[in-house]
Amino acid sequence: MYQKSINNSPGIDFNAPALKKYRSLRFLKDRLARWGVASGGLGVILAILLIFFYLLYEVLPLFKSAEITQVSSYPSIQTSGDTKKVPMFLSVEEQAEVAMKAEASGNLRFFSAETGERLKNEPLPVPAGSEVAQVVKSDSSSNLMAAGLSTGEIILFEQGYRITWPDDRRKITPEVSYPYDRQPLAISGLSAPVSQLAISDGEDKLLVAASIYNQLVMEAFKKEEDYLTESVTIERQSVTVPVVSGLSAGEELDIRQLLIDPEQTWLYVLSGSNQLTMININDIDRPYIHETLNLTTQGVDVTELTFLLGGVSLLVGDSEGNIAQWFMVREDGSLNLKRIRSFSLGNDPVDKIVPEHRRKGFLASDINGQVGLFYTTANRSLLVEPMAAGRIDQMAVAPRGNYLILESQGETQFLKIENEHPEISWSALWGKVWYESYSQPDYIWQSSASNNDFEPKLSLMPLSFGTLKAAFYAMLLAAPLAICAAIYTAYFMAPGMRRKVKPVIELMEALPTVILGFLAGLWLAPLIENQLVGIFVLLLFVPAGILIFAFGWDSLPSSIRHRIPDGMQAGLLVPVVLVSGALAMSLSSSLELWLFDDDMSTWLTTELGIPYDQRNALVVGLAMGFAVIPTIFSIAEDAIFSVPRHLTYGSLALGATPWQTLTRVVLLTASPGIFSAVMIGMGRAVGETMIVLMATGNTPIMDANIFEGMRTLAANIAVEMPESEVGSSHYRILFLAALVLFLFTFVVNTVAEMVRHRLRKKYSSL
Amino acid sequence: MNNTLLSTRKRSVGEWVKSGSPWVWLNAGAVAISLVLVIGLLGLIAFRGLGHFWPGQIIVADYQPPGQTIRTVAGEITDSEEVPATRLESSGLDVVDGQELYTRDLLKQGNRDLSGADFVWIVDEWLSSRQYPENIMVLERREWGNFYGFLESVQEGGATVVTGESAWTIFNERLDRALVIYEAIYQIEKHDIGSINASIEQLRLAERRLELSGDIDPVRQAEIQAERKLLNQEYQQLETQLRDLYRAFNRDSFVARTVDGQTLEQPISKVVRAYQPNTMSLTDKIGFYFDKVGEFILDDPREANTEGGVFPAIFGTVMMVILMSIMVTPFGVIAAVYLREYANQGWMTRAIRVAVNNLAGVPSIVYGVFGLGFFIYFAGAKIDNLFFAEALPSPTFGTPGLLWASITLALLTLPVVIVATEEGLSRIPRSVREGSLALGATKAETLWRVVLPMASPAMMTGLILAVARAAGEVAPLMLVGVVKLAPSLPLDGNYPYLHLDQKFMHLGFHIFDVGFQSPNVEAARPLVYATALLLVIVIAVLNLSAVAIRNRLREKYKSLED
Repeated sequence: MYQKSINNSPGIDFNAPALKKYRSLRFLKDRLARWGVASGGLGVILAILLIFFYLLYEVLPLFKSAEITQVSSYPSIQTSGDTKKVPMFLSVEEQAEVAMKAEASGNLRFFSAETGERLKNEPLPVPAGSEVAQVVKSDSSSNLMAAGLSTGEIILFEQGYRITWPDDRRKITPEVSYPYDRQPLAISGLSAPVSQLAISDGEDKLLVAASIYNQLVMEAFKKEEDYLTESVTIERQSVTVPVVSGLSAGEELDIRQLLIDPEQTWLYVLSGSNQLTMININDIDRPYIHETLNLTTQGVDVTELTFLLGGVSLLVGDSEGNIAQWFMVREDGSLNLKRIRSFSLGNDPVDKIVPEHRRKGFLASDINGQVGLFYTTANRSLLVEPMAAGRIDQMAVAPRGNYLILESQGETQFLKIENEHPEISWSALWGKVWYESYSQPDYIWQSSASNNDFEPKLSLMPLSFGTLKAAFYAMLLAAPLAICAAIYTAYFMAPGMRRKVKPVIELMEALPTVILGFLAGLWLAPLIENQLVGIFVLLLFVPAGILIFAFGWDSLPSSIRHRIPDGMQAGLLVPVVLVSGALAMSLSSSLELWLFDDDMSTWLTTELGIPYDQRNALVVGLAMGFAVIPTIFSIAEDAIFSVPRHLTYGSLALGATPWQTLTRVVLLTASPGIFSAVMIGMGRAVGETMIVLMATGNTPIMDANIFEGMRTLAANIAVEMPESEVGSSHYRILFLAALVLFLFTFVVNTVAEMVRHRLRKKYSSL
Repeated sequence: MNNTLLSTRKRSVGEWVKSGSPWVWLNAGAVAISLVLVIGLLGLIAFRGLGHFWPGQIIVADYQPPGQTIRTVAGEITDSEEVPATRLESSGLDVVDGQELYTRDLLKQGNRDLSGADFVWIVDEWLSSRQYPENIMVLERREWGNFYGFLESVQEGGATVVTGESAWTIFNERLDRALVIYEAIYQIEKHDIGSINASIEQLRLAERRLELSGDIDPVRQAEIQAERKLLNQEYQQLETQLRDLYRAFNRDSFVARTVDGQTLEQPISKVVRAYQPNTMSLTDKIGFYFDKVGEFILDDPREANTEGGVFPAIFGTVMMVILMSIMVTPFGVIAAVYLREYANQGWMTRAIRVAVNNLAGVPSIVYGVFGLGFFIYFAGAKIDNLFFAEALPSPTFGTPGLLWASITLALLTLPVVIVATEEGLSRIPRSVREGSLALGATKAETLWRVVLPMASPAMMTGLILAVARAAGEVAPLMLVGVVKLAPSLPLDGNYPYLHLDQKFMHLGFHIFDVGFQSPNVEAARPLVYATALLLVIVIAVLNLSAVAIRNRLREKYKSLED
């Protein structure tokens, strides 16, 4: 069409309708392209930025504080004729739908936790004329409960919840069962109220300790299971408890609290105002008093004592509003109960402490209705708020830790707890934490274990330390080697050779790290273990060999020397390096025999006490150093090579030797470039995963020893991420680790990039 | 530059040091060490990887450690090292006084089912009467690793057919027959039955989908039942066919004797390959070598990945890389074009450019974490709820798989493509663009007809570098989709042919898994070297071609600038 109009007419009518239309179509296309490219481009860039924001989005919930909100409130149900208004016991089941309270009459009342609607009434077989004095539960792993009666007997029962799905809707039916005997068990001959009670339902025996008439009595029941009917019968065996005293004769012992730990090793007896006696009941035939101590100072009373989840730690509430965590610590060969940390609820006496069922956290209330939510390991006071106008009679937390039910002054409140990640705090992540059963505070990473009451140890310190340790040893090898090689290649090497050498070294960068890791783990690690001496001799021999050869070469008559052009020394040195390396390796065995009595790694362990792992930091340093060399080399070489020529010519013309010119002019000018090369290399070493994963034992230890392994942040993610439960604290901590890696490398790279940018500007102005 | 020009006369060491010459030499040494490291490493991989397929001589010798009874050993010596006497002593061997160093050989003796371990360390000095008998054979088996020993007889249905000299020929004939039957069995088990299973699963899902949407009616249900019945019939037919094949497959067996006198009777169907390395000529060996290489590249793995080939891993890697390329190229190019051609070149664009550049340095595991969290647990779960509700609770896209792995790696390599394309665009002289614009072309036309064709080699470079990086990356893939053994390939003849939701095998992960998670590391090691070599070759070729393309590109524009 164009052609035609040009040929046919002397002048072209640019405003012909067809052309106009064509033109507007072209402009439309142009505009569309502009919009398309702009939105596409911005979209891609946003997608990349999404990485950062998504990581942040996953991490942020970790730092949210806890919240308790009221779901509902209703008047407490009261049985008519019950003498005591206060429930003996309160609990909520797994789904937080059904709550149970035990009343003094022996009634177990099940009701809807949210509305207070009555569901079921189950009376315990309390004999006539008797009343329930106390209700206690065994430790968290067992459902067994005991009611102590006013006649000195106890009733053992279990509360259970059956879930059925009629019409695809969940229905929870509460049930009470009697695993041993429906009839009350007499504990002592005394017919007096059971004022304190503790039970422990173990694998093969059931322990009951009680205080009756201010006398401490204890009984053990051996359990025998009938394999056919699976019914359990118990056989009574009375226990002679040693006399707990500390008081002068004749005075009665005021027993205020009894606790038996789940391992059935300790019976804790709280008496007087603050005296705790620990009785070792490991051997049930011969219990003895292990230790007696005061839990608080003079003038401060212990108001509440209970176990934390797992029964290892004791939580001690006192009359000044503090709750202290105590546990057994082995010091100088003896076990002592020690005060580990404490939390403050306010200034009023602590009244109730309720431990969580699945975590090492707990709730506490004081006599004025102030409720606090705490987490022991992280040393966190998550929330302290008034929840009721007066004293809280009973409270219970749901097994999942997501609901709370409490009774106060005839009113029952059902509250929702939002407390997803109490395990995390600055001190838990980065500080030394005194974990249960450890003899001192320490940095430990141990995120999971098989048992239920495990205390997660989530210190990022060992991982960060491992990351830096691996990067440090890698840089120790890579930085000098790569910078020296870059100096020579950029400044001394003949151009023809440089064109060949540079791509070869840069090719290393593309080598998959999984291959380096595999070689490091399966080839290098055994090699180093066998030839440890050889490796160290190598460090000495190779430079020495180079220098000796260099001196010899420089002393040769010039006719021979000039056959090899300048700038080709590197080529000459390849055989020298090979020969001296081979020499070092071949001497290794005999030297080892001579110096270290056959085996250096055993010698290190036995003589110097340095542990030796086959896959250690030395192996990682070598392998990862190898991976980092090309990165540093390439950038440093560029920086040195682009130093303007007239600077070096000027220096040389003034009579400086090439070496002087290099150190005083070239390196000074190029130093920011070399710095940024090292930074970028460092960033790569920090984030490298596969080499570390394969070349170390991945044990998260904190030790700078070059002969031991480490676990890095990146390797830790690779190891633990697939097993981590979505949305759990562990999962989010792994995201935090990824975010830390991301930010670290991003910042390091940006700084390096800016330094390089300024350097380039400087060069162009010179 | 000329550091030695000054030193024309003989000088003392002091002067030599003062001239700075030793430092220059040391720097040269650093280059030499780097070169030795690179070439040594590549050489090591190549040597170990290529050597694996070569049939080694089988040695038969008497072995008598001091104070122990003499026994006959046979096998291939695969490694040897020097050890001090005390280490032997500490492993419970009596050593003779006086000798401090011993040579220790790693003997691959095979026969794991008879002797328990297929690799043993033996001390070279204690070997005597070494010989290389002609008739010793090596059998590669489907289970229990290699067998080394002598063939006694061939049996058919329990009755001996042939013994003695001619047994070897008959054995080979029958082995060939068994291998042909095996092919047929493989075809039925893997393809025919696999496709029936896939159809049955499709039917189940279709039924469930109807149930979920609530419009299931008896007519449709009956149709599904009929179809299912048909498929089951087909399945029964194949079952009978298979049974017959298996009977034929297991017809023959052989009796063999090891060097220490134990006999072994096994069906011939258990054998994959049989050869007598000590009688093979050089041409035989070369033939055998290429046969083994072919098996390595084209076959499925056997024995927990420690034997056989790596074909599924190659296939998985290639599939993933292709999908990744399809995603990364358009997006990378559009982003680069936007940054270079359309965006205002202010500080904002510069900042974005630096950020994109630096993302290339972010550890790959971070991308893996992002992929797992965002793509799989977030996007995948959403997709499952919307489109694959019938398969729930078993997730379709809410679990690691090929699609997510490709997208994650596309994100990882996006900076590489953007940076390379931008560099290409910036190299195109202004004059070219201005010429096009001056002739009346719009910006889009200039871009499409002039700029992009000229930048295409740069895009190619970027893509190749991206592919090279993606092919070697393992850490993120461990989170988003690779498995040690995938039951089927992600591309097959069953609807919907390309299974984006499936997990796949990958060469790099294969190295990690076989090298570090396998129970029999000694046996697996040579295969890992071979796999590593394969991966290195692929990546080196990709990188070198990227370099070549870049150089050609530079030449091209040099002439334009003049």
